Amino acid sequence: MAVKTIAGVEVKVTDDGYLEDMTQWNKEIANEIAKELNIELTDKHFEVLNYLREKTIAKEALTIRSVGKSGIVDIKQLYELFPKGPLKFSSKIAGIPKPTSCI
Amino acid sequence: MKNLVILGAGTSGTMMANHLRPKLYLNKWNITIVDQFKTHYYQPGFLFLPFDIYNENQVKKVGKKFIPKDVNYVQKKIEKIIPEENKVELEGETLKYDVLIIATGCKIAPEETDGLLGPLWKKDIFDFYTYEGSLALRDKLRDWQGGKLLVHITEMPIKCPVAPLEFAFLADSYFRDKGMRDKVEISYVTPLSGAFTKPTCTTALNYLLKEKDINIEIDFAIEHVDNDTKEIVDYEGRRIPFDLLVTIPTNKGDEVIEKSGMGDDLNFVPTDHNTLQSNAHKNIFVIGDATNVPASKAGSVAHFEAETLTDNILLYIDGFPLKKEFDGHANCFIETGNNKALLIDFNYVTEPVHGKFPFAKIGPMSLLKESVLNHWGKLAFRWIYWNMLLKGIAIPFVSRNMSFKGKVFDIKPEKNN
Repeated sequence: MAVKTIAGVEVKVTDDGYLEDMTQWNKEIANEIAKELNIELTDKHFEVLNYLREKTIAKEALTIRSVGKSGIVDIKQLYELFPKGPLKFSSKIAGIPKPTSCI
Repeated sequence: MKNLVILGAGTSGTMMANHLRPKLYLNKWNITIVDQFKTHYYQPGFLFLPFDIYNENQVKKVGKKFIPKDVNYVQKKIEKIIPEENKVELEGETLKYDVLIIATGCKIAPEETDGLLGPLWKKDIFDFYTYEGSLALRDKLRDWQGGKLLVHITEMPIKCPVAPLEFAFLADSYFRDKGMRDKVEISYVTPLSGAFTKPTCTTALNYLLKEKDINIEIDFAIEHVDNDTKEIVDYEGRRIPFDLLVTIPTNKGDEVIEKSGMGDDLNFVPTDHNTLQSNAHKNIFVIGDATNVPASKAGSVAHFEAETLTDNILLYIDGFPLKKEFDGHANCFIETGNNKALLIDFNYVTEPVHGKFPFAKIGPMSLLKESVLNHWGKLAFRWIYWNMLLKGIAIPFVSRNMSFKGKVFDIKPEKNN
């Protein structure tokens, strides 16, 4: 665990750079994390990010499949918004924990 | 009389029948178990069938043999669960229940991926998660002349998440033994960011892939199979060619869960992670592959779950609060080929560790290290499965919760995005 200043705010992050506390998140933080990943955020991105945050608060497990059925984007569009890491990068930008899967 | 109904006579359902029958008074509780199939398969054996390590007879027995005699065994298809009325509809019969245990498992759903069931299915594309698939693959491998072999996972979660990797390792040994390893290129294709789903495993075990000359393709989420060019294609347009595709299709819970409106988008039943009670209905409990708990879908997990669930059903019946006990404990042998295996031990929150098992410092089995003894452990497990596990006999010295004694927390997961 480390403390990092993102968009002028001191936030706690994991070794991988995921926010430890999702309540510290705001739009500016999202934009800055996205920039590090070479992603320019649009309104569509934020729709996905908000969906991910809502589901996380509701303690629902997130998968590429479930986001693809969210009605916001299909899987192909999710890849277009977050190339190379549809769930990993979107989770990182959304300030939620790194998606886990079980062995 | 009260009625306890168990749906599914696979590993979990059979264990629950054996655990509960001696603990519930015969003059107070009927126990009924329902399964439409006659044969009980030793599913871990499906990994060995394709390589002629096991034969057909070693992986199947008549399921009824493992059900206690004072349990009603109903061999019928389950049509629908109606939780509001505490009823289960079977083919031509309705069962009322006071307590219901759902143990309907999960199975492959190849229809979820475009092109998978195309002209190449069972010709150059195989699964080994079904008895039939595994046998068909055995016949294919017996006279396959070599080429590009892909071992591929469609999406998580899947039953026994390490089986695909074991398949790749065993394939390496198999083709070496046949003297044709130079004619086979093996690639392991996964939607995850590493060969192992737990980062500590990736750190400790990546050498195995190099040693066995297995290529790895990560972050590959398949969109469709191109039957014309013999390639799998992902959502970003990445294409990987194959001559022989061994795929683990999407795994889904039973369709009866969908018909009953009780599942998530993959038909897994939302279940309390620690008590195994259904989130929606207090008198329904869920075990094994049918649940949505974030533990491995594997017999060893079901075995640990069964012990907690037995206690919780007795507590529930007597009106006591349930134990929040189940910790996601899994304990798996991983075949690595050349008559060696690894043993891993982990739970919901603790990654696999180094150390000795089951006795601290003594072992005799080593965790997260290859050994011949672990391999014999895996083979011996088939005997344990038929003779102890299904019958609900506790395996000595292996506890339902993960123990931290004699375990070494020395591996740092690799950093990545």
